[in-house]
Amino acid sequence: MKITNIEKLKEKVINSRDKTKTWVTVCGGTGCHAYGCMKVVEAFQEEIKKKNLVDTVGVRTTGCHGFCERGPLVVIQPEGIFYQRVGVDDVPAIVEETVVNKKIVEKLLYRDPQTKQAIIHEQDVPFYSKQKRIIFGNNGLIDPTDIRDYIAVDGYQALAKVLFEMTADEVIKEIKKSGLRGRGGAGFLTGLKWEICRRESAPIKYLICNADEGDPGAYMDRSLLEGNPHSVIEGMIIGAYAIGATEGFIYVRMEYPLAVKNITIAIEQARKFGLLGESILGSEFSFELHVFKGAGAFVSGEETSLMASIEGRRAFPRQKPPFPAQKGLWGYPTNINNVETWANVPLIINKGADWYSKIGTKSSKGTKIFSLVGKINNTGLVEVPMGISLREIIYEIGGGIKDNKKFKAVQTGGPSGGCIPAEMLDLPIDFDTLTKAGSMMGSGGMIVMDEDTCMVDVARYFLQFTQEESCGKCVPCRLGTRQLYEILTRITKGQGEPEDLKRLKDLAKTVKTGSLCGLGQTAPNPVLTTLKYFRHEYEAHIFRHECPALSCKDLIIYYIEPEKCVGCLLCLKNCPVGAISGERKQVHVIDQELCVKCGACLDVCPPKVRAVSKYTGKKKQQILNKEKKARRR
Amino acid sequence: MEPRKRGQLIHLLHQAQTQEGYISAEAIAAIARKLKISEGEVFGVVTFYKGFSLKPQGKHKVTLCMGTACHVRGAPLILDELERTLQIPAGETTPDGLFTLETVNCVGACALGPIVIVDGEYHGQVKPREVKNLLVKVDENLDRLKEQ
Repeated sequence: MKITNIEKLKEKVINSRDKTKTWVTVCGGTGCHAYGCMKVVEAFQEEIKKKNLVDTVGVRTTGCHGFCERGPLVVIQPEGIFYQRVGVDDVPAIVEETVVNKKIVEKLLYRDPQTKQAIIHEQDVPFYSKQKRIIFGNNGLIDPTDIRDYIAVDGYQALAKVLFEMTADEVIKEIKKSGLRGRGGAGFLTGLKWEICRRESAPIKYLICNADEGDPGAYMDRSLLEGNPHSVIEGMIIGAYAIGATEGFIYVRMEYPLAVKNITIAIEQARKFGLLGESILGSEFSFELHVFKGAGAFVSGEETSLMASIEGRRAFPRQKPPFPAQKGLWGYPTNINNVETWANVPLIINKGADWYSKIGTKSSKGTKIFSLVGKINNTGLVEVPMGISLREIIYEIGGGIKDNKKFKAVQTGGPSGGCIPAEMLDLPIDFDTLTKAGSMMGSGGMIVMDEDTCMVDVARYFLQFTQEESCGKCVPCRLGTRQLYEILTRITKGQGEPEDLKRLKDLAKTVKTGSLCGLGQTAPNPVLTTLKYFRHEYEAHIFRHECPALSCKDLIIYYIEPEKCVGCLLCLKNCPVGAISGERKQVHVIDQELCVKCGACLDVCPPKVRAVSKYTGKKKQQILNKEKKARRR
Repeated sequence: MEPRKRGQLIHLLHQAQTQEGYISAEAIAAIARKLKISEGEVFGVVTFYKGFSLKPQGKHKVTLCMGTACHVRGAPLILDELERTLQIPAGETTPDGLFTLETVNCVGACALGPIVIVDGEYHGQVKPREVKNLLVKVDENLDRLKEQ
């Protein structure tokens, strides 16, 4: 069915739907999948069939709602009743009570941890009410595998507007005016990027969506592709029209099978509806789009590497200029933007650049989706206006730190970013403030760390990552990241030398200045920011062989306090290496030679007893000496 | 369109890997012939990307997420435990071909960290002491393996 009038189609879709129907929407993002949401979906379908409600009640698997902490999530529409942590066993109660009798199932409601009040509607949950979900909001309303759902929420209207009411130059002007900056990390002005590519004269031009979201702990791009793939496709078609591209690629990580599946379905449906392919919506414009599945290389997120990968080569970056806009895929001008950037485009066209540019700060417009993870109460995806403070994100939306621990740092920008300390919690977040703090926006990962996180270990973790992912083309990056990693490893083992602090700094500078692509240029950031803000932790490791966070395995011991141990045998039974000895009702002892420091004993020791402690530095040495003496006797 | 022919390479390698579970020498030769490039070039691409394996995989696949969120929530301790229980380092397969242990950079289910995926099934907020049970549940031969 090729369509020419999107407005009419929307009407048709809406009219064809029974407005009195109740919809059970179940979040189908990867997070909820991992919780087993598909079993919940099946249970709903069965229950509804069993109760003969098929005509009046529908079940819809939607994209990610963002509140991953509380999954599987179920929202009953049109009332918007929000249930969390729903299991298969809860399904009959929801159908009987809420769907049939229009009553609330109290125990499945979200409770505000502070006020203890139960909250009925999704929009009233603090996690959502403080957000501004202009890009991400539709995720919870639509079935990503049904294009009509997207059309029903004004989908593809921006495309129709562009094709029939705007020239390519007007589109670029509008995007430029909106102030939209690339959401992939560097924050280049999108409109300007398009203009540069448009100005190139070439018989062929390509368009790429970079969905090779490689930062560990960041998954907003995946959730957009999984949950609202058509918004990305629509953005790309508009971009293609503006630039004059005829063919495009969506480069998706292979680690995201659901995203690959949903975007592939979406492209097929869009083609069927005449939104892709020859003469789109009956206009003179044609555009074809393909999905390209990556093969697991972090460096392929860099644009020149990504193009090499599509060309069937190793993902090596190359020298710029020439920029992709001049000489890109197979030598032709190519425009690359990230998933979230593309998803912003239809919104800007629909609502106008003036509306869009009112959101955000002077230099960074619009919203940004962050993936708020780590030691935080409300893990999930949050969309907030640029300029919001870290404190608001972490405490008001994120609900604070897990287990009432003390906040230590937040890491933004993935392996290219840095750690921001507690003193900077009131920093308003935008592209420039984060860069100034020594970190960067990156694609939007925000990993929260508490007092138990060792900052030297965090730096070591990221360098382990980058030294593994360095493609090896530039020597400073290939060898430098490796050396940084080894020095950091040595420090976490208590074998650091005083000179290491200077060594790290010098080496970091060399890697930064001597590398061709973004990977090497930013790889030392985690080291530099932790050195800047948490130097005392490095010094404790080097000079006192002490890990203040009690995290580095080689610097700590687990110890059973004799005066607290009740001899319950729990730790003894759970120790995987048999390092604990003792009899029932007698004090247990850990053999430090055998102990592998897995923490199982600390984990199982009953909260009332709390006999197992961790020690580092001087105290650790004292205990070891005491035990040595006792053994000699 | 000749230069674009090579653009099929990664796609073909994915296909080969899905069919056989790994990239065999025969697959490399066949792909090289098809795309009219040298086997060496295909091999170079295979070894560059982490998604391709040159070795056959075990019957059960155990994947540990090593993303940042999982890391700060204790994934390294889980890795120690997996390696100790299976008696192989990450990236290897047990000699009897039962288990392959691999680590990935992030599966993006951070609310559940640390995460172990056994044969596609996600296990969230895993504790070191739960690791062994997780594996024994999949294959009772594990105990025998340990005794050997």
